[in-house]
Amino acid sequence: MSRGEAIRAAAIVAAFVLLALLPFATNVDYAMSLALPIAMYTVLATSWALFSGPTHYISLATGAFFGVGAYLVATGIGAVPYPVLVLLAPAAGALLAGLVGVATLRLSGVYFVIFTLGLAEFIRQVVTWVQNNFTGSRGMYVLTDITERIIYWELLALAVLVYLVGWLVGRSRLGFAMRVIGNDELVAAHVGINSAGAKVLLFMVSGAFAATVGAVMAPRYTYIEPGIAFSSELSFQVVIMALLGGVHRLWGPLVGVIPFTLLWELIAASFPTQTVLLLGVAFLLIVYLIPNGVVGRIESLLARRRASPGGGRE
Amino acid sequence: MEILIIGILLGATYSLLAMGLTLQYGVARIMNLANGEMLVAGAFGAFWIYTAHQLSPFLALLFVVPAAFGLNWLVYRYLLTPLVRRARSRGMLEVDSILATFGMSFAMVGLMLMFFGGEFFSYSYLARPLTILGSPFGLNRVVACVAAVAICGLLYGAMNHTRTGLAIRAVAVDPGAAGLVAIDVPKMSALAFALGGAVTAAGGVMLSTFLILDASIGVVFTLKALVIVIMGGVGDVRGAIVAALILGLAETLVASLIDPGLTLAAAYLLFVLVLMFRPQGLFGRRSS
Repeated sequence: MSRGEAIRAAAIVAAFVLLALLPFATNVDYAMSLALPIAMYTVLATSWALFSGPTHYISLATGAFFGVGAYLVATGIGAVPYPVLVLLAPAAGALLAGLVGVATLRLSGVYFVIFTLGLAEFIRQVVTWVQNNFTGSRGMYVLTDITERIIYWELLALAVLVYLVGWLVGRSRLGFAMRVIGNDELVAAHVGINSAGAKVLLFMVSGAFAATVGAVMAPRYTYIEPGIAFSSELSFQVVIMALLGGVHRLWGPLVGVIPFTLLWELIAASFPTQTVLLLGVAFLLIVYLIPNGVVGRIESLLARRRASPGGGRE
Repeated sequence: MEILIIGILLGATYSLLAMGLTLQYGVARIMNLANGEMLVAGAFGAFWIYTAHQLSPFLALLFVVPAAFGLNWLVYRYLLTPLVRRARSRGMLEVDSILATFGMSFAMVGLMLMFFGGEFFSYSYLARPLTILGSPFGLNRVVACVAAVAICGLLYGAMNHTRTGLAIRAVAVDPGAAGLVAIDVPKMSALAFALGGAVTAAGGVMLSTFLILDASIGVVFTLKALVIVIMGGVGDVRGAIVAALILGLAETLVASLIDPGLTLAAAYLLFVLVLMFRPQGLFGRRSS
């Protein structure tokens, strides 16, 4: 490890330690109310970008995975200890992602997008039906003694994990294969990459993270019913934030998550009835004006600056 | 027997949505995820005209369809053309158009929530029983089905027997080659996109006569239309109609034998079957 890398690693560790100490700050409630969603969306958007960034396969199913995790906790909380459920959630998420992936990822990207588009709604219908017919009540209470502080730490640990996994994938054969697939799937097939297998595997990783976040967040909702757990708005927000930041760098989504979450708190407070419209408009602005995200924009500006010595005009 | 007839009635109406999407995706190359919202907007239009002015939904078509045509033309011209120009390949356009129309779908849901609120809406029109083969059916369903068949027939005829229809079909086959034989590809794409939107809105008007809808239900119809289009084979009008009938039947079966809340499950089941066995569509040929 070179000196520069060592310094960078130390800075990252220090940043996470500082963040972990946040719950001990003064004025803690307000800080937590912002830090919790930021941590949650960071994990979700980063894990989304792990798969959708290199492959350009847009997954609209984050809400479905999140809901599966949350529902797993809500269903099992009476019978199984909570930590076990949180560990089961990634398995459930990976299983679901694997099924979706096997069904669609062998074919072109459109099928995948379509399948994920309605997935949350489909699972919601099935869960509602099962509950109406076999279990009686539709909503469930998740009553635990888990505080917001613990949820925050769990999310922070997940964030560390997602960055670690992302970093490892980026350096592995799998990550390289994904980049080849993203650039040209035909070339990937010709150099002997099992493109369907690689895609399914990475989508499972992404789905496992989203389901775990759902399981971790479940105690915060206290009351869970299908309409709350399986929301397509969540999938949408995750995609927006990741795209805003930029998906071709591991830390790109983070750059989108922080301003968007803060802005969103403000918007949701001032225009509570128009959130859906504003979400759509924000999304359109991002797609049209900054297609490569803020990070991509900054990088291209820097590249231009570097290309013209003296730094000034082009 | 009853299920069969209800399924066919529903399927005929669905074929309108599928035709709309086929035009937009097959010709204009825009994977339009806001298709369902266009449908709900059409339904809202009919609802509003019916309740505010007591005009029948079929008269409402005269207003809703041109409005949808104009709106979709504007959308294509000003929102999607920049993406078409920016895209370096068909794959890139697909990703961009998916994202853009996904954003539009949310914006449209937001607008409809703003104007109409979040309640379920429905109105009673021709809700009289009509007896076919000994069992009663809602007259509104039958009339909607007949109107849908008429619109489909009109469109099919126009596509196959007019010069413009020929040009549109040429663009669907190969935009590059169509340009070489002096077809104005951007204009035809815009026309096809607008036409697709208009047909979809017409489908919304038909559905609004017998279904209860709300502002955020569009995504369900988008999904159904997409499943139909894929099942029928992209750009294949005949396949789309057959697939729409199959979906209508499957949904009615599920709704009447298991639970009306599980209609999306029927669509997903068909989707998975198609993906597993015939990803090229019912009548499609396997491409290399």
